[in-house]
Amino acid sequence: MKQELFVQSRWMDGNGPEADTVISSRVRVARNIEGIPFPYLASDEQTAAVQEQVARTVADSEDHFSQFCYQRIAEMSRQEKQVLVEKHLISPFLSREAHNGAVLLRRDEAVSILINEEDHLRIQAILPGLQLEEAWQEANLYDDLLEQSINYAFDECYGYLTACPTNVGTGLRASVMLHLPALIMTNKINRLLGALSQVGLAVRGLYGEGTEIIGNLVQVSNQITLGLPEEEILRNLYGITRQIIEQEQQARQALLNSSRIRVADRSWRALGLLHYARIMSSQEAMQLLSDVRLGYDLGIITGLDRKLLNELLVIIRPACLQLLAGKVLSVEERNLERPLQIRNKLSRFKEAV
Amino acid sequence: MVCQECGKEEANIFIAKIINGKKMEIHLCERCAREKEEFDITFEPQFTLHNFFGGLLQENVRSSGEQVRAAKIQCPKCALTFAQFCQIGRLGCSSCFAAFGAKLQPLLKRIHGSARHIGKAPRRSQEAILVKRDLERLKEEMQQAVLKEEFEEAAKIRDRIRALEKDLEQGGKRT
Repeated sequence: MKQELFVQSRWMDGNGPEADTVISSRVRVARNIEGIPFPYLASDEQTAAVQEQVARTVADSEDHFSQFCYQRIAEMSRQEKQVLVEKHLISPFLSREAHNGAVLLRRDEAVSILINEEDHLRIQAILPGLQLEEAWQEANLYDDLLEQSINYAFDECYGYLTACPTNVGTGLRASVMLHLPALIMTNKINRLLGALSQVGLAVRGLYGEGTEIIGNLVQVSNQITLGLPEEEILRNLYGITRQIIEQEQQARQALLNSSRIRVADRSWRALGLLHYARIMSSQEAMQLLSDVRLGYDLGIITGLDRKLLNELLVIIRPACLQLLAGKVLSVEERNLERPLQIRNKLSRFKEAV
Repeated sequence: MVCQECGKEEANIFIAKIINGKKMEIHLCERCAREKEEFDITFEPQFTLHNFFGGLLQENVRSSGEQVRAAKIQCPKCALTFAQFCQIGRLGCSSCFAAFGAKLQPLLKRIHGSARHIGKAPRRSQEAILVKRDLERLKEEMQQAVLKEEFEEAAKIRDRIRALEKDLEQGGKRT
């Protein structure tokens, strides 16, 4: 059964706690099956066996998995895979895994189980706003269900065994996607980012490892997975996130106090460009969306909502654009299609000018 | 060199990737590199985490003789050698952890600040761990009983040990 590609992902709802700074919270656990080499060393038969074990478990606990659909990566088009990456539901790594890669996706797109990624299983939950604990509970629930019939590779000393030593132990990677325009505008971000690496947290761009910060979106995640219980890993990230939120709010307030009219001008101009421009790169669109979002969060622009802003964040990406257009587009063609799709979305809203 | 993507422009961007342990080199012109970056998102940085493992690990090995010996350690299950692990930065299977054990510990300590898991455990393993602890305790008790020449008691304990060992073989479930 195929999931309709433009079903809303739950994280796009934009209604979680601290939604004015935290776009989404994500938790994933890495798990492997005892007795089968990790995917990159496994034979096709062995990775197929991983798929079978998962399929059997899903069939056995039908009640819990009735809301999931199962998709083999090899059977998806390049666009379809890329759309799932752009919605943060599968990793870029899995999208390239043509052999026996697969994904079990819950209908609300809050939970996805990646099969034969770097590890046999990656159980991921992604929710709107600051909901790390809730996301962990979701992932943990499916981990418990899968462990009933799957014999995980686990060691008394090292914990859950994973292909990469950086995931060993809890196998837990928790992250928050933050929108930090004021800290970036006021050049306070570098000091903050430096401090984060000292407390064992990593900072990345929108699409994870190796991606740059665009649209003032910053992803913060834990580095340490071994030697701390899950609750503490989550608590650490939560605590630091709260501090970042605090600083961002202070910077926003300072901006308002010192240059309210400039901030307002910037936000309204951005909205104007989104409404009327005819050629737009994704980089420009991301920056404009950030400016509009800040205006919305500060109460300068009304009549929009966060769900719209989150949707726009996704539909301006290359694969989503091509899917909406129904054809393959070159970079230049995408830059023409992008404003069209943005206008289409915005036309349903009337901001109070 | 000409760009591998368009075959027209001069390639001035060079990307090295390690996929499935094989090193791949890609030469692109600026335009194609940008296009690739926008579409694939995962325009891989030239310095990825696993490149660092080699360096991290080598520091733990003092003499070159020791280094050569360490490199030859091989996992009996998946045949990955320690040298390959250093290069790829990925373990091959769950048995690699035992095979590379002593060499792996310092690396894990450096990455995580600890080499001992204290979080969640699968229920199955939890039970096995408890059974193992019981076994250790019973063996101790049996020794004590023998020392005190309470042979009847020692035989009883021995039977319990055998039963537990049988359970452990059958996947850690208590019968």
